[in-house]
Amino acid sequence: MASKSRRDQMVDMAVLAPLDWVDERTGAVRGTKWFLFRNVPRDISWMQTLGSAALTAFIVQTLTGAILAMYYKPSSEIDPITGKPLAYSSIEAITNDITLGWLVRGMHRWGASVFIILLFLHMGRVFLFGAYKYPRELTWITGVLILVMGMLMGFTGYLLPWDQTAYWATVVGINLNGTAPFAGPWLAQFLAGGAEIGADTLPKWYALHMLLIPGALIALIGVHIYLVTRLGVSSPPWSNEAAGRERSAAQPSSGARSGLVRGSGGD
Amino acid sequence: MSDLGHDTPHVPGPSLWPIAFAVGVACLLLGLVISWVVAAVGAVLAIVFGFLWARDVTRDVRADVPAIEPESRSVADQASVAATPTPTAAAPLPAYTRSRFLEASTLGVGAAIGAIVTLPVLGFTVLPSFTNIDEDEADLGPLENFPEGEYVIASYLARPSAGEVSRRTAFVRNNGLAESGEPSFTILYSRCVHLGCPVQPNGPIDEDARKEIDGVELRPVLAQSFGCPCHGGLYDAEGNRQAGPPVRSLDRLTFSIRNGRLVLGELFAVGNVSGTGANATISRYPWSVPGTHVDGVEAWLYPIVPSQVTG
Repeated sequence: MASKSRRDQMVDMAVLAPLDWVDERTGAVRGTKWFLFRNVPRDISWMQTLGSAALTAFIVQTLTGAILAMYYKPSSEIDPITGKPLAYSSIEAITNDITLGWLVRGMHRWGASVFIILLFLHMGRVFLFGAYKYPRELTWITGVLILVMGMLMGFTGYLLPWDQTAYWATVVGINLNGTAPFAGPWLAQFLAGGAEIGADTLPKWYALHMLLIPGALIALIGVHIYLVTRLGVSSPPWSNEAAGRERSAAQPSSGARSGLVRGSGGD
Repeated sequence: MSDLGHDTPHVPGPSLWPIAFAVGVACLLLGLVISWVVAAVGAVLAIVFGFLWARDVTRDVRADVPAIEPESRSVADQASVAATPTPTAAAPLPAYTRSRFLEASTLGVGAAIGAIVTLPVLGFTVLPSFTNIDEDEADLGPLENFPEGEYVIASYLARPSAGEVSRRTAFVRNNGLAESGEPSFTILYSRCVHLGCPVQPNGPIDEDARKEIDGVELRPVLAQSFGCPCHGGLYDAEGNRQAGPPVRSLDRLTFSIRNGRLVLGELFAVGNVSGTGANATISRYPWSVPGTHVDGVEAWLYPIVPSQVTG
């Protein structure tokens, strides 16, 4: 104790003691260590970072979406100034008038495609590596649900610009749902909020797009990442290391890449 | 069985039934498109082999369950009784203890409260889509604007209170007088019965004769067929499908004539039209979503459509 330098004591006081205080009451520091400082197989590659990439794309979508929601008006009523529907006018304003609005909208619009593409690449990696096998079956199943939710985000978000493409593509999309046996006509009428797209449809889809589906999506991603953290990253199929082998606790980092994999969603 | 520990995967033994199960599911899905017989065969296959599969994979689990004395308070009491021997044996207490009752009642009351809170919200989420959706009748103006034997593209607001979002288009043809002496109109709804795109008349539009009265736009057109730009559906002058993916004839609207004005009524689905104009025989059905069959075997896939229930 006495051998501690003055600098160490100051670090103790300023950083470690408050952290200890928090950790003793919440377990947050231990939890963060459990989440971030995990051992990963020696022979992982960039392939295992696709999940993290998809998560990053999702975070970009939530942030840009929250900002867009500050300026977007989900109403089909005619704007008396522009003579166009409010929704379309607000999209025009975001794109042309509001400072850097074009950038945020562009990020959200193209980021949606990036998110879906990364989901598919990630799914392909997991499938080809056999990483969905025991004990990671539930990780795969939650991942499939995340994919479905991502598709629904695309479907509901496509209507919001309220232009001709959006309108008729959604008419076709709703009626495609309508052709499902038995429940189809009911589903179509629920989605359209009536026999046809009407004044209530746009607010309904807006609520689905930015409240209901994202809520489900965030919950599913939480479960998915928890499972990844709990079960660890699987070795690639060509790995020489036996599956399920106990890994030594003190494994040297294999560089920046392992940091990315550790981050989250690496599997 | 449970001695294996957690280090080795708990994998079920190999089974061929999933393949037959998959064939059954594929048959079922195929049958939904082709015919219900195939679907029924597929369903039976899926159920049978799904059952066999489930039986296969649960074989280990269904092995003889070791008999374990159920834990109860009476056992513990007997133990304590045995520790302090007394001549009178303790009466066995009921296994359904107070804590179990409290647990069940907490769960039950919680579920009831949850249901009471959730059900009205769910109802509010779903039901408005199926109720109070009657569209107003649309007044298209004086009959003189509809020359006999010629189609007019009529664009109108189905619900003026809802605004432009309720703008609809119908193709109206005055057929003159029917044999019974009553006026006859062919009024085709412009939404394609494939997937709902806006069908266009194939013919020149007489833009010079365009009229706009009270938000109703009328444009005469020379059309003997109608085409859909989305997926190539083609209809003849009576709305019958000629080519492409549509599954029935174009939807139609009922009409009435009040004070010399044409008033559109409700929308209905049409299975087939034979004959033309005033002499046409129209097989009428309650309106249903585009892409759904209203007649034939495929109509069995849509036993109850919302418009049959909600009107």
